[in-house]
Amino acid sequence: MLSAARRLLPHVSRVVQHSSVRQEHSLKEVVSAFRSVCGEDGVSTGESVRQQHGKDESVHRCRPPDVVVFPRCVEEVSALAKICNRHNLPIIPFGTGTGLEGGVGALKGGVCFSLRKMDKVLDVHQEDFDVTVEPGVTRKALNSYLRDTGLWFPVDPGADASLCGMAATSASGTNAVHYGTMRENVLNLEVVLADGTIVHTAGKGRRPRKSVAGYNLTNLFVGSEGTLGIITKATLRLYGIPEAVVSAVCSFPSVQAAVDSTVHILQAGVPIARIEFLDDVMIDACNKFSSLSYPVMPTLFLEFHGTENSLNEQVRTTEEITSANGGADFQWALDEETRARLWKARHDAWYAGLALRPGCKAYATDVCVPLSRLPNIIVETKEDLIQNRLTGPIAGHVGDGNFHCLMVLDPDDSDEVQRVHLFTERLARRALALEGTCTGEHGVGLGKRALLREEMGPGAMGVMQSLKETLDPRNLMNPGKVL
Amino acid sequence: MSGRVLVGVKRVIDYAVKIRVKPDHSGVVTEGVKHSMNPFCEIAVEEAVKMKEKKLIKEVVVVSCGPQQVQETIRTALAMGADRGIHVEVLAKDYESLGPLQVSKIMAALAKKEEAQLIILGKQAIDGDCNQTGQMTAALLDWSQGTFASEVTLEGGQVKVVREIDGGLETIKINTPAVLTADLRLNTPRYATLPNIMKAKKKKIANVKPVDLGVELTSKLEVLRVDEPPQRQAGVKVETVDDLVGKLKEAGRI
Repeated sequence: MLSAARRLLPHVSRVVQHSSVRQEHSLKEVVSAFRSVCGEDGVSTGESVRQQHGKDESVHRCRPPDVVVFPRCVEEVSALAKICNRHNLPIIPFGTGTGLEGGVGALKGGVCFSLRKMDKVLDVHQEDFDVTVEPGVTRKALNSYLRDTGLWFPVDPGADASLCGMAATSASGTNAVHYGTMRENVLNLEVVLADGTIVHTAGKGRRPRKSVAGYNLTNLFVGSEGTLGIITKATLRLYGIPEAVVSAVCSFPSVQAAVDSTVHILQAGVPIARIEFLDDVMIDACNKFSSLSYPVMPTLFLEFHGTENSLNEQVRTTEEITSANGGADFQWALDEETRARLWKARHDAWYAGLALRPGCKAYATDVCVPLSRLPNIIVETKEDLIQNRLTGPIAGHVGDGNFHCLMVLDPDDSDEVQRVHLFTERLARRALALEGTCTGEHGVGLGKRALLREEMGPGAMGVMQSLKETLDPRNLMNPGKVL
Repeated sequence: MSGRVLVGVKRVIDYAVKIRVKPDHSGVVTEGVKHSMNPFCEIAVEEAVKMKEKKLIKEVVVVSCGPQQVQETIRTALAMGADRGIHVEVLAKDYESLGPLQVSKIMAALAKKEEAQLIILGKQAIDGDCNQTGQMTAALLDWSQGTFASEVTLEGGQVKVVREIDGGLETIKINTPAVLTADLRLNTPRYATLPNIMKAKKKKIANVKPVDLGVELTSKLEVLRVDEPPQRQAGVKVETVDDLVGKLKEAGRI
């Protein structure tokens, strides 16, 4: 219990000390070997650089690596991995450090591979709707690069994350209901294994839209959170930039009504692009934070993509459905300025939640259940929050059955920390009991390994363990995560 | 009134690219580097297309001066909604010395030929940062000018322009024909969507040579040398306020 509580106490830090002289010696050797691969300025043992590379945007405390290296190409990544392998040093790949589950913490020290110098967009194929990128390319940088082609990469997890990092965590986001997650949109990966072998998961340079050639290695590495290999290139599926976008907002008398509307909208075949749920606590927070005046009720934020004609139909059908479910105050807009105003609450949600209790930290839960179970789990979860005096405004990608409780907590109040921890475990188990998952999009990382075992069961865990042992027999790839 | 607006667009190195100086210091590396439409030119195109959508003007003609590659930039403007394009062919060797004065002469000649009632340009290009072409074009034509425009309203034969100036915003009313230059906050340019990119392939781009417009391209300016900004030096940490004062005195700062 205490170690679990420590996970949520970011300021309680004990510097992990590597005190043996023998280890210091071999660190010096290794650092000079690294420098001969990626140059003098491609290696850092500076304290602030290591600190920067030991944490992400989760509540997990900083676990700095011993060294940070900055390779410039896949050959350097491979050479560095071979050196790490020879000296038994953990390897932690690092993209933008925007993860939410502590995935980049160097629990056993070791070498952080920062891939930010490999930042080229390679091979845009406009007619084939695909592009290949290196790990230093973030999703906003790619979309800016592509803007004149009429194409974009729609997976949007919020942060301006590295696309290869998004592949490693199988990122999702508000758009997934229409465009899918990374799982559906990665065609090929170039991966460096723990022993330095370079692998092309779908064959070198290949980018057919579909293939049945051999085992699906691409999707083995997607979502592996750096525990099976270092992703050095990703070939991604692109989509046409929508001709027009309409945003809408609607409030409901109950959570049930909002979720029922979501289910009906999807069943009606409306190709809705985003459908986001904010509960009354969250709306109240947003009203206070941004001086807005939404009715303080469960609310849906919707977005539609398409041609102007199809949008008219989509909006009309949706309005009928929401109104049939007791929805009120349906507002929609086509022009960018009004759309931004309508969606402001959803955009500011994280900060609005934090502002509820200044000085506190926030942790987002991340369960996902089949759609039909969503009203059930949200209602039970809200009761749990009230009973246990917890602050947990809810925001969710209801179109996927995925929602986040933004737990706002005082890290110095050990009782509250404990209550939050137990709450999140109950929530995860509630989701598992409803045929869902303990992590819809943030990943297993550091904090959900026990839940993963409960979710998967011994059979699947056994297979995962064997794969890990085969690809990384010495457990050098991001040790202590996922499994 | 012809209801015709001329928009000038420039093909520049993409704003997201890290610029490198050529080893011989004669210029910056452009080979194999991503190029796109100058961001202020995008805003200019957007404003013209918006005017046409509001039926305030009849035709948007987009112009670019340069070698073959600038046709890509013209196509992007056509995909954003411009009606037709004019490619003023300038050979690669002459393009080196093509500056605001030469472009202004070309724009002025085209404005007369096309009987344009408005010219909209970006306020400056992100490579040269000259901020001269709009002003020079207006002077050559003896037209009114509304530069650094953050808001434009057509009112009969006049244009109300809100300009961004150091002290804030200045509102002026000028007669047409006029030259306007677009500032950042004038609008948010639309993305060219795939269907529009496809449609744009069918729109016409006429080819014209400067000599056909009676414009002579020689420049009186010569670039002597291009250097990168000096590398930022590492800072120095001091332990006490006395040390800080000492160091500042040493550096002649106090």
